[in-house]
Amino acid sequence: MRSLEELKNLKAKTEKGLSLREDTGKPTITVHMGTCGIANGARTVLNAVLSELQARNLTDIHVTQTGCPGLCYLEPLVTITEPGKNPFVYSKVSSENVKKIIVEHLINGRPITEWLVNLEK
Amino acid sequence: MEFYRSHVLVCTGTGCTSSDSRLLISGLRKELKDRGLEKEIQVIETGCFGFCNLGPIMVVYPEGVFYCRVKEADLKELVEEHFVKGRVVQRLLYREPGATVKTQEFNNIEFFKHQKRIALANCGIINPEKIEEYIARDGYFALAKVLHEMTPAGVIEELKKAGLRGRGGGGFPTGMKWDFAYKAKGDQKYVVCNADEGDPGAFMDRSVLEGDPHAVIEAMAIAGYAIGANQGFIYVRAEYPIAVERLQLAIQQAHDLGLLGKNIFGMGFDFDLDIRLGAGAFVCGEETALLTSIEGKRGEPRPRPPFPANSGLWGKPTIINNVETYANVPHIIRNGWEWFASIGTEKSKGTKVFALAGKIKNTGLIEVPMGTTLRTIVYDIGGGILNDKKFKAAQTGGPSGGCLSAELLDTPIDYDNLIAVGSMMGSGGLIVMDEDTCMVDIARFFLEFTQDESCGKCPPCRIGTKRMLEILTRITEGKGTPEDLNNLEILAKTIKSAALCGLGQTAPNPVLSTLRYFRHEYEAHIYDKKCPAGVCKALLSYQIDPEKCRGCGLCARNCPTKAISGKIKETFVIDAEKCIKCGACMEKCKFGAISKG
Ligand SMILES: Cc1cc2nc3c(=O)[nH]c(=O)nc-3n(C[C@H](O)[C@H](O)[C@H](O)COP(=O)(O)O)c2cc1C
Repeated sequence: MRSLEELKNLKAKTEKGLSLREDTGKPTITVHMGTCGIANGARTVLNAVLSELQARNLTDIHVTQTGCPGLCYLEPLVTITEPGKNPFVYSKVSSENVKKIIVEHLINGRPITEWLVNLEK
Repeated sequence: MEFYRSHVLVCTGTGCTSSDSRLLISGLRKELKDRGLEKEIQVIETGCFGFCNLGPIMVVYPEGVFYCRVKEADLKELVEEHFVKGRVVQRLLYREPGATVKTQEFNNIEFFKHQKRIALANCGIINPEKIEEYIARDGYFALAKVLHEMTPAGVIEELKKAGLRGRGGGGFPTGMKWDFAYKAKGDQKYVVCNADEGDPGAFMDRSVLEGDPHAVIEAMAIAGYAIGANQGFIYVRAEYPIAVERLQLAIQQAHDLGLLGKNIFGMGFDFDLDIRLGAGAFVCGEETALLTSIEGKRGEPRPRPPFPANSGLWGKPTIINNVETYANVPHIIRNGWEWFASIGTEKSKGTKVFALAGKIKNTGLIEVPMGTTLRTIVYDIGGGILNDKKFKAAQTGGPSGGCLSAELLDTPIDYDNLIAVGSMMGSGGLIVMDEDTCMVDIARFFLEFTQDESCGKCPPCRIGTKRMLEILTRITEGKGTPEDLNNLEILAKTIKSAALCGLGQTAPNPVLSTLRYFRHEYEAHIYDKKCPAGVCKALLSYQIDPEKCRGCGLCARNCPTKAISGKIKETFVIDAEKCIKCGACMEKCKFGAISKG
């Protein structure tokens, strides 16, 4: 270690990976992975979420999974939760939609309303 | 850097290792691989979480789900349910004592909720075998800060203002100790870390070394800079193999990155560290004995002064601090003395780690702000007394300390309050005792330990503790005489004032404090020939109540010495001559007909 800069660079390199272990109100993408979800391709969706986040180096977003919320006909379902906001549930998500959801919803802050679950319809 | 959606932290401290956490880790890695999840889910080996009786412990992030007592056989289900389907495995969660539902999140568990972690901040969070993870959590930034921005005197001033006191027993102000060594004249000075941890039951130093070894290394380098030393020694007992292994690895990694060695950060400061193994004698934790042992001689204490700060290792100015003391230093440097001084009580700043043991529901390692009451520790964090029995006393300071009775449950625990009530902080052992504990027997137990560990160099300790132990043994055997109490007190006071080192000077403490708070128990043994807690075998006898006995004969069948006889459907009797007072009959009797007294 020859300088403080070197230490800072080393810190920056590992820090992001570790942020996963802090639960300080970060946005979360939850993929619903009940049997119905998995049968409808939830795993491919989950993989797409991961590769998109990795491609964009978005380490401040948590990815988690949960079970079936009872809307099996709308699977695969993905819920996006941001601290202090109501959750948004996307239905019939495909690995292609995932990219757009991440960019529009989480980066630009514009939920894609036409893909959301609308129970009043 | 690879991108994982989930981190699974598994404890590999000594506690969880002995409940097979290593097998669990290899099994988990294999299961994840078989399911093609090894690139999504990372398994991380960490240090101790503190909740050792629930081991092996596993925490899954980002959800923060806390699983306990996970077995290899649970892995298939765990991976299938949690990692494939995203469903928390309820049966592996932790249930609070008395609660009906289980707690899912780590942070919501009472045991962790009341804690404040400084010395243990990284334990159970980082992989101690990766220096990068320590650096990611601001590791070595304190060392960078002192080398770039602070003078040695400035570092010492910072510690003085923070109010950090030694965590190894005495509670001596750390800044002041460093100042003595800084001002001492000498071409060569040394920094020593006391990781001997001899107090039976205490394991905080081991956990810090196993869970966050770099914190100690960084702090020792800071100490070296402050006092003008470029060589340090860590004296650690050989019974701590995992700690030794992690320390060796950590020193190697720090060397590879140039955080130890020559010209650190290009600032012209050199510092090196070596490990010395101790053979586990209690007296070698005493600082002068420890230094003598490092020099390669028999580990015996010597009178002070001169203090090590002036004449330590090979006669050179030396500071010696405890592991936990060092673990606080980088935090103080990074966050400033005001932050540290805002935690704790007027004269005891910061936090203290306690090893919670005995008749308590949650045992383990906890870190709380100084000034936390015994009640919070026993009832909130510890979950109360086992089997909901009554709290009788808590022993602090191990064999050098004393006991706190129930009236002291609301005393804020800090250095000075503990001394005032006749105990001491010691290294932080905290043993909880319930109504079934005999205080005379406890005093005898601790004295037996110190007597055994006495190095024999000075007569007050060598002979005095032996005589005290004989008296105590006599009392527990029902052969005590009224003069015994007086003699115990005279001996105790003499040894305290005449012994050469801290071992002898503190050895009588458990006796004096039990005499202070539980004198009536001693008196019951001596005058009534009774052990009120029913522990001292010589004073016990078992009886069968003819009213309650149904004559089933179960007791007689379970008696190992055939001391019980009788005819089926008639009252059975115990032959006191043959009875060895094992209590097997009382345990087996379905009608509560057998009592002891
Ligand atoms: C018999 C005896 C045993 C001791 N054992 C330890 C020990 O295991 N670990 C420790 O840090 N200090 C122990 N000490 C205290 C040390 O002598 C010394 O005060 C301490 O290491 C100083 O560090 P600190 O100021 O950071 O607490 C012991 C003292 C005595 C008298």
